[in-house]
Amino acid sequence: MAHVDRQAWDVVVVGAGGAGLRAAIEAREAGMRTAVICKSLFGKAHTVMAEGGIAASMGNANEHDNWQVHFRDTLRGGKFLNHWRMAELHAREAPDRVWELETWGALFDRTPDGRISQRNFGGHEYPRLAHVGDRTGLELIRTLQQKIVALQQEDEREFGAYDARLKVFQECTVTRVLKSDGRVSGTFCYERESGRFFVMEAPAVVLATGGIGKSFKVTSNSWEYTGDGHALALLAGAPLINMEFVQFHPTGMVWPPSVKGILVTESVRGDGGVLRNSEGKRFMFDYIPDVFKEKYAESEDEGDRWYEDPERNRRPPELLPRDEVARAINAEVKAGRGSPHGGVYLDVSTRMPAEVIKRRLPSMHHQFKELADVDITAEPMEVGPTCHYVMGGVDVDPDTAAATGVPGLFAAGEVAGGMHGSNRLGGNSLSDLLVFGRRAGLHAAEYAASLTDRPQADPLQIDAAEAEALRPFSAEEAGDAEEAAGRDRGPAENPYTLHQELQQAMNDLVGIIRREGEMAEALKRLADLRVRARRAGVEGHRQYNPGWHLSIDLRNMLLVSECVARAALAREESRGGHTRDDHPAMDRSWRNINLVCELADPQCDARAADPSLGQIRLSRRETPPIRRDLLELFEKDELAKYLTDEELSR
Amino acid sequence: MSEPQAVQDGKEQSGQAGAYQAHFRVWRGDADGGELADFQVEVHEGEVVLDIIHRLQATQTPDLAVRWNCKAGKCGSCSAEINGRPRLMCMTRMSVFDRTETITVTPMRAFPVVRDLVTDVSFNYAKAREIPSFVPPAELAPGEYRMKQEDVGRSQEFRKCIECFLCQDTCHVVRDHEENKAAFAGPRFLMRIAELDMHPLDAAPESGIDRKGSAQDDHGLGYCNITKCCTEVCPENIKITDNALIPLKERAADRKYDPLVWLGNKIRRRTE
Repeated sequence: MAHVDRQAWDVVVVGAGGAGLRAAIEAREAGMRTAVICKSLFGKAHTVMAEGGIAASMGNANEHDNWQVHFRDTLRGGKFLNHWRMAELHAREAPDRVWELETWGALFDRTPDGRISQRNFGGHEYPRLAHVGDRTGLELIRTLQQKIVALQQEDEREFGAYDARLKVFQECTVTRVLKSDGRVSGTFCYERESGRFFVMEAPAVVLATGGIGKSFKVTSNSWEYTGDGHALALLAGAPLINMEFVQFHPTGMVWPPSVKGILVTESVRGDGGVLRNSEGKRFMFDYIPDVFKEKYAESEDEGDRWYEDPERNRRPPELLPRDEVARAINAEVKAGRGSPHGGVYLDVSTRMPAEVIKRRLPSMHHQFKELADVDITAEPMEVGPTCHYVMGGVDVDPDTAAATGVPGLFAAGEVAGGMHGSNRLGGNSLSDLLVFGRRAGLHAAEYAASLTDRPQADPLQIDAAEAEALRPFSAEEAGDAEEAAGRDRGPAENPYTLHQELQQAMNDLVGIIRREGEMAEALKRLADLRVRARRAGVEGHRQYNPGWHLSIDLRNMLLVSECVARAALAREESRGGHTRDDHPAMDRSWRNINLVCELADPQCDARAADPSLGQIRLSRRETPPIRRDLLELFEKDELAKYLTDEELSR
Repeated sequence: MSEPQAVQDGKEQSGQAGAYQAHFRVWRGDADGGELADFQVEVHEGEVVLDIIHRLQATQTPDLAVRWNCKAGKCGSCSAEINGRPRLMCMTRMSVFDRTETITVTPMRAFPVVRDLVTDVSFNYAKAREIPSFVPPAELAPGEYRMKQEDVGRSQEFRKCIECFLCQDTCHVVRDHEENKAAFAGPRFLMRIAELDMHPLDAAPESGIDRKGSAQDDHGLGYCNITKCCTEVCPENIKITDNALIPLKERAADRKYDPLVWLGNKIRRRTE
């Protein structure tokens, strides 16, 4: 292990999307030498795919908006399972995080009086999303990237080196968080270009790795979304919460097959687009759940009037939270009222002039024209649900983003759990990245600065991490050597085949509508895949070898998928991004329960090789009671739909 | 599973209906050299070139190196040359080719090869660092920025850039002239200067930064002879030459040769 390079940093940020870059900026501005490690090139992270906007109650489009209204909408969207403190911090701090971007050069679309324009979105009471057409994520990532360059230019002037205090290690992957005496001591990494291993020695590590969508077949997520941070946290001994809640975005492309799952922004509906079935009916009026009955229009006329006169009309049900719309589309298709390719129609062509569509939804216009030969200014789109976001993630302290149980480990953005409860509202992700990215960077920096002695990376852990990463190159030998133990026998497996089988299993058995028997079957298949994945073998050498990278990522996807399946099997109710066919109702007694996933046996990987055992241990935990002044923001009648009588009487 | 999940199952089978075998030639190798390798590979209806590269990985060449991310034309990772033309693999549909045509995929020519279709694009990141950053106006606090849509629109066009670096790859100033790279930032980063120069609130002039001057003197604007190759390959359809480079050239020229403009620039807070 003497041959593995080591570098010392104060704070290491894993991931270079919105949360990671915002954390890095904060840690560097707090004076810490900060390294960012990312799987792709700098500026390509999944955040670029965010389209609609950043939710922040600046009140530019409607002066009645404020953080309390935003907080209320967020809790309603998450069906009151959100960690109230995260939702509060998020709603309070989002406007400052957006305005700050302008001082770094961001150019949002404007209102007539020159402020930042804000658009309507599902579940938000007022127009609240700061946006740039439908490419807001690109603007966010580019602005943060350029702010990092600006800080590097400062360092170049002061120290003569751009990388003196803030360095981006692009196309590098972390495979293990290292610990000494129970505290974080660094990360074990490989560089894609050379296949070289290296160790970052750092007392504070911020996980900002995004989500898990690549475990599902139909997804809007890019290849990076293999649940790396979720798995790194588990393997380091940190628990995950809320993993049963996976958001299926209602509108993904369904045709042609190669683009199935690619996102169609919610802005289409926010700006006036409507959903219709094969009979031409705006079916969403039939799917307004009881908890939202008073807040949504009862007729098409009222819904249409709302765009011009929101004070005296209620919003159209196309703008219900995403979980509701996704379930409705699924039900329409199942009832035989779908479009030719198994979706429903999303139409903006009869709602707005072509020029307005091209101006407000340029990426959608481009995407459908280039990839599906559909002109959205003249005809409807075909859309259906696509796996989009995981609400579950690392259990964190709301104020500091510190992971539970592992000093020095922090998590922010999609990899952190709690903020969005059982369902995230559109637009609340980009603001989440900025609010909690900043907090994670700040507190990671404070933690690193507060240590008098820094934990040293353990040579044995480095050796073990190296052996684990190299395993796919000797897959067949491993099979022979361990044959006596009766495990890991058989020929080398193709990692691409294993990945496809995993995606199919999760899509079919733990998808948008769930049943007990199917999830039990999923756990069996996952265990089988896990054992086979230990024999995933690769050809060639370590230099930029995608088959090898996928073999390593499979470990993470399988761990995270087991969390999703196990938690989904245990939660016997339907809420947000978790819908049980066999338990279709929301149950108030589950409202304050988090399901916690931990590694069953952190010391030994014997369980991984035994298909009869699971790797994840599940437990129940009560959420902290919502602070009284925050509860008082709601009407008693509304609270009674979510909270138990006992909770209400407190 | 007990009953089909309608939407997710869709009509997968009909996607296979128009399947055929295509002939692909893909460059394989590394910094020490390489060659085109021939493949027969299945193509299904509606697919793009990146789908075919992925099928090669999954079925024939698991270690074929390719860079990609979003597969939706939003991240600019999967740049390559398809039949010699710089393109995004994820936005190049197979239906634009004749079924009997041989499709040749090679790495971007202007950058050093790392492996197979992956090139070393660090040139671009080095150039990005050399462009002076946005300078916030000292007198405005966060939240106080007021800008008209028509004033931000021009820079917004350039901020649509997904940094695929196809314009950098195709630009004849550097495509076959390695020796020009040191002095020339390339269309992407000259456009970045234009973007900042047209930003309604950029306070560069007050802090002593002359963006137009540095475009000409430090970043090689003069090398550009407006052949519009960059505009032609831009997957975002940004009018790089007409809207960024030519106006920047005009402003740089004004500054250089017209003393009145030069004086005016010094006196007015903002130059546009």
